[in-house]
Amino acid sequence: MSRVVDARGLACPQPVILTRKAMEDETDLVTLVDSETSRDNVRRMAEKVGRTVAVSYQDGAYQIHISGAPGLTRPPSHEAVPGLVLVVSDNQMGRGDPELGKVLIRGFFHTLVEALGKAGTCPQTVIFFNAGVWLTLDDSPVLEDLRALGDQGVTMLACGTCLRHYGVLERLAVGQVSNMYDIAEAMLSAGRVVTL
Amino acid sequence: MRPLREVFLGAESDANLLVGLEHPDDAAVYRVSDSLAVILTTDFFTPIVDDPYDYGAIAAANAMSDVYAMGGEVVLALNIAAFPADLPLEIVQEILRGGAEKVLEAGGVIAGGHTVDDPEPKYGLAVMGLVHPLRVAVKVGAEPGDKLVLTKPLGVGIVTTAFKSDVAEPRSLAEAVQSMKRLNRDAARAMTAGVYHAATDITGFGLIGHSWEMAGRTGVCFRFHLDALPFVHGARSLAEDWLFPGGANRNQEAYAPHVTFSPDIGEEVQMLLHTPETSGGLLIAVPAEEVEPLVERCAALRQPAWLVGDVLEGEGIRVD
Repeated sequence: MSRVVDARGLACPQPVILTRKAMEDETDLVTLVDSETSRDNVRRMAEKVGRTVAVSYQDGAYQIHISGAPGLTRPPSHEAVPGLVLVVSDNQMGRGDPELGKVLIRGFFHTLVEALGKAGTCPQTVIFFNAGVWLTLDDSPVLEDLRALGDQGVTMLACGTCLRHYGVLERLAVGQVSNMYDIAEAMLSAGRVVTL
Repeated sequence: MRPLREVFLGAESDANLLVGLEHPDDAAVYRVSDSLAVILTTDFFTPIVDDPYDYGAIAAANAMSDVYAMGGEVVLALNIAAFPADLPLEIVQEILRGGAEKVLEAGGVIAGGHTVDDPEPKYGLAVMGLVHPLRVAVKVGAEPGDKLVLTKPLGVGIVTTAFKSDVAEPRSLAEAVQSMKRLNRDAARAMTAGVYHAATDITGFGLIGHSWEMAGRTGVCFRFHLDALPFVHGARSLAEDWLFPGGANRNQEAYAPHVTFSPDIGEEVQMLLHTPETSGGLLIAVPAEEVEPLVERCAALRQPAWLVGDVLEGEGIRVD
C-alpha cells in the first residue's frame, strides 16, 4: 500500500512541500489534491527529479501516483567517465580541407551523443576555447548534440575571453561562460584530457 | 476589475480624466489645471509577513508605488483596514504605525481612513498624488531601440510564500522584506529628472505580465536578458524545487502565449518570471542614450538600477 499525502484544501506551495518531504524516503506514494494548479505543480516537481507520475480523478480529488527511486535529485542517466575532460580548440576536426574538418566535427559530436550510456565514452566536462567557441553559438552545426550532452549533465565551459575576442558573447547558445581559472582547474585536475 | 470594465463605462467622457479605464494604467489621473493633475489609486492585501510593522509598511509602500509608477509624488493617504474583532490592539497599532511611518517617509500624510470587522486581516491605502499633466508616465510609449531598466530585484513573491511554509531561509525573507518596504520614490525621481518613454511597477502579474501590458498595447517587443535580471537571495533555488504560489500558474496561463523563452531556459525559471511580485520595482523604458544618466541619478540616490533588456520592433516578450 502506497503512502498517501492528503493535500486537499491546501494552497500552493503546500502540496508540493508535503509531497517533496514524503519523496525523500518513499518509493511509491499518492498525493491527493483538489485543484488543477496543485495537480500541475506536484506533477511537474516530481517529473523534474526523474520520477514516474500518473494522475487519476476520483471522488472530487486528483490522485497523483508517484513512483521511482526515492530521493530528490535526478539520477544520472549516463555513465560519465570520472574526470574525463574533452578539450575543443577549433570548430573543425584535424588539419587539411576545412570543409572536411567541419563534416568530421559534426560526425564526432553526433557519435558521442549516440554512444551516451556506453561505458568509457561520455566526458564529464567539455571545454571550448579559441575557435572552438564557434561551436557553442546559436548557429552551431552541432548545437542539438551539445544540448543533448547538456541534458545528460555534461558540464560545458566556453572561454569568455574568446567569446568576447570574436564579439559573439551574446550569441552563446549552449554551456556557460567560463574563465581561465575554471578552465585551467578543470584541465589540471582532470583524470584524463582528450584534445580534439 | 478589468472583466467588469463595461460596468464603469460612461465616465470616459470627461476630458480631464487623462488616464482611466479606457486605457487602464497603474492609477487614475485627473487634470485639475494646465499645470496640475491628481493621481488616485488604492491597494490593500492580507498579511504577507508575520511582523505586523513590516506588513503595514509593505502594504503602504505597495499602495503608494502606483503613484510613483505614474511619475508623481505622494501627498495624501487614507487607511483601508479590516481586522478580526479579537486581534490584540498592539498588533493593530503596529500595522497602522508601519503604514503611517512609510507615508511620512514618502512626504505625505495619513488624513483618515476606514476600518471594518473581518475574520481575515486586510490593510492598505487609498493614495492621492500629484503630477504635471504633461509628465505622466504611462505604460504605452516604449520605442524600438529603448533600453529597459528595473529598480528592484525579482523573486519576493516566491520567497514570502515559501517562508510561510518554513521552507525559505531567514536571510531570503530579510532581503525580500527590505526590498518590499522600499519606496519607489527615488526610482521615480531619478526617472522624471530625465527623458523616459514608459513605465510601470512590477506586482501581481509578475515581470512577464506587466511587461506584456506595456509592450502589447504599444505594439513593440520587450527583450530581457536572463543573466541581467536580479533576484533576491533564495528565489532561484526555491524555483528549482518548484515551490511556486498558485498565482504563478494563473499568470503563466494568461501570459505564456505572449512570451518566447530561449530554449536553454529551464521551465522553473520561466515559471519564476511569471510569479506574482509584491511592491516590486519600476520597469522603465528610456532611449538608449538616457540609460547611463538614469543609472547615475539612481546611484546618487542610493537607488539600485539594473539594465535588464531592450525594446525591439515586433511584438510580445522575449527572454534570452
